[in-house]
Amino acid sequence: MAARLNANIKDAGSAGLLAFAIFAPFLGLRLHGTTNGLILGYRPELLAIAVALTIAARFLVLTYQARRVHAGRAAWRADKIARSGKFVAPILLICAALMPLIPGIANFYIDLGVLVMTYVMLGWGLNIVVGLAGLLDLGYVAFYAVGAYAFALMAQDFHLGFWECLPLAGIAAAVWGMILGFPVLRLRGDYLAIVTLAFGEIIRLVITNWVSLTGGPNGIYDIPHPSFFGLTFNLEGGPGTFSGFFGLDPDPKQQTTYLYYIIFALALLTNWVTLRLRKLPLGRAWEALREDEIACRSLGINLRNTKLSAFAIGAMFAGFAGCFFATRQAFISPDSFTFIESATVLAIVVLGGVGSQLGVALAALVMIGVPALLQDLSIYRMLFFGIALVVMMVIRPRGFVSTRTPSIALGKRRAISGEMVSEGHG
Amino acid sequence: MSKVLSLSGVSAFYGQIQALKSVDIDVNEGEIVTLIGANGAGKSTLMMTICGNPRARTGSIIYRGEDITNLPMHEIARRQIAQSPEGRRIFPRMSVEENLMMGSQVVKFADYDQQLGLMLELFPRLKERFGQRAGTMSGGEQQMLAIARALMSKPKLLMLDEPSLGLAPLIVKQIFSAIRKLNQEMGLTVLLVEQNAFQALRLAHRGYVLVNGAITMQGPGAELLARPEIRAAYLEGGH
Ligand SMILES: Nc1ncnc2c1ncn2[C@@H]1O[C@H](COP(=O)(O)OP(=O)(O)O)[C@@H](O)[C@H]1O
Ligand SMILES: [Mg+2]
Repeated sequence: MAARLNANIKDAGSAGLLAFAIFAPFLGLRLHGTTNGLILGYRPELLAIAVALTIAARFLVLTYQARRVHAGRAAWRADKIARSGKFVAPILLICAALMPLIPGIANFYIDLGVLVMTYVMLGWGLNIVVGLAGLLDLGYVAFYAVGAYAFALMAQDFHLGFWECLPLAGIAAAVWGMILGFPVLRLRGDYLAIVTLAFGEIIRLVITNWVSLTGGPNGIYDIPHPSFFGLTFNLEGGPGTFSGFFGLDPDPKQQTTYLYYIIFALALLTNWVTLRLRKLPLGRAWEALREDEIACRSLGINLRNTKLSAFAIGAMFAGFAGCFFATRQAFISPDSFTFIESATVLAIVVLGGVGSQLGVALAALVMIGVPALLQDLSIYRMLFFGIALVVMMVIRPRGFVSTRTPSIALGKRRAISGEMVSEGHG
Repeated sequence: MSKVLSLSGVSAFYGQIQALKSVDIDVNEGEIVTLIGANGAGKSTLMMTICGNPRARTGSIIYRGEDITNLPMHEIARRQIAQSPEGRRIFPRMSVEENLMMGSQVVKFADYDQQLGLMLELFPRLKERFGQRAGTMSGGEQQMLAIARALMSKPKLLMLDEPSLGLAPLIVKQIFSAIRKLNQEMGLTVLLVEQNAFQALRLAHRGYVLVNGAITMQGPGAELLARPEIRAAYLEGGH
């Protein structure tokens, strides 16, 4: 024990030295611009704080790690998480369902709820591709864009409403999912990631440059909001509006709440389909594909169809979400579909624990909701993000919720922590 | 005896490299046929060529009277040719049950439950581990699962690639006796690829010896086992 303590102190000390070397130029020195040119200043106290923090953090990590890795403990914890998930999920669900109905809640929070829920849905959709089928897709935003533009163009050119376009947007995105799927059928891992990344960029560039169709960088305006059984929402009230029909005072919250429930329902649909599919042969084939392609082939699985269906179904949900995004914003432009969106959604999936539905929802809440609430601290957003990623890698390398309960089980289910299971190869 | 599988003049390439040179092999109904050879001789390649990847560049592969030489891989597997590829390749994060379900996923037949019961009887260890993740089982259990999974499609022909790889002798014995039992009690035809020549030749009715992609010797298992050149090359001084 004493020996370990000694070793930990030594290790923390060398981490401190390293921190000193790294931070000395960044924090220890400072250039002040004056009329006479630059003057070099010193900030030893800041440097000392950074080094001390590093030493303390390293020491804590080491002590914590020493307690960890115990296999029994990991299994116990996995079991605990799986069991608490049983309670947490319904509670979250009820909270999410009732949130906009809280009396006096500000429109801002409902709107934030809409945003978070959109990412929950995107996370769940991408989880089909990345989590279940194991296909690393860095261009997921492309399908989001296809859905959004499909609706925007149909609304603009054919005056169709949100509800007519929703399925069409999903289909359009699914078709593009397959079109992307074909060329990358034989790619895996890094190569797949690179090509899908490129695909996301290509779609965005096409949208930006095909000005005659998409309006280019100016985007598309006046996309209609969804109607409520033919009733519209506006702030004047009157016949044919939601508030007029129900005799309510017009309030922007009504529309936000309606949007919230639409995306809530869409997200739940995504989740339900995913959970269903996992129990069906197709979903099982996706999971098997993620584990081992060669084994799948030897069992007679048609890899092409299996992969294409994963791309298509994942893309379809992105298309739904994109359609919703367009109707919510009423305005879309290529700026909404940059790589950072793909990266955010992927980060949600990875942080949430690839394949875990609850984890993805929690991660979306943390990644999207918390930064929006802490807007004053928004300049530190990337810092928090970085710290969160590092902390995750140290304490939960397989994500928040790194267990996967078998989708079928006779009698007792046994959850086993992801840390104890070897990776599939191939 | 009718031929289940018949290869004639099969050659296969990896790019420019020829891995199989005009291989002729027959597997008859109800037989255990083993294919032995040193590391890199092309045993796995031969098995995979039967499964369609890499494709045979020349020659033909006839399975129960049908030419399967140019069928896509999944079509070949759907003809109830069960394959257990090298290195077990179970699905580690899926449960034992899910692994077994994958085995009968494509080849549809009515009595899944019956076949499952048969497999759990053959490998009682799998029954104990039914709900457990496959990746957390021991190597021997994983190999049993790999075989059981392949058998879930109720195959007419079972092809196994080095089931003894990396397993303790006792476990190897168990697995080989399960193969013998399958063959004797259910009349399953087996093509067994092995480096463990001694065990494999004792188990098999007939054997082929593969050297650098070509068949150099063939004959009944016991006869091959008795040949001095086999003893020298594969049995003594390691394999
Ligand atoms: N995917 C591959 N690409 C190129 N060469 C390969 C590939 N797989 C096997 N080989 C080569 O083919 C030969 C036969 O390999 P293999 O069939 O795996 O032998 P065995 O199973 O008898 O050990 C070896 O020389 C090996 O290097
Ligand atoms: Mg081999």
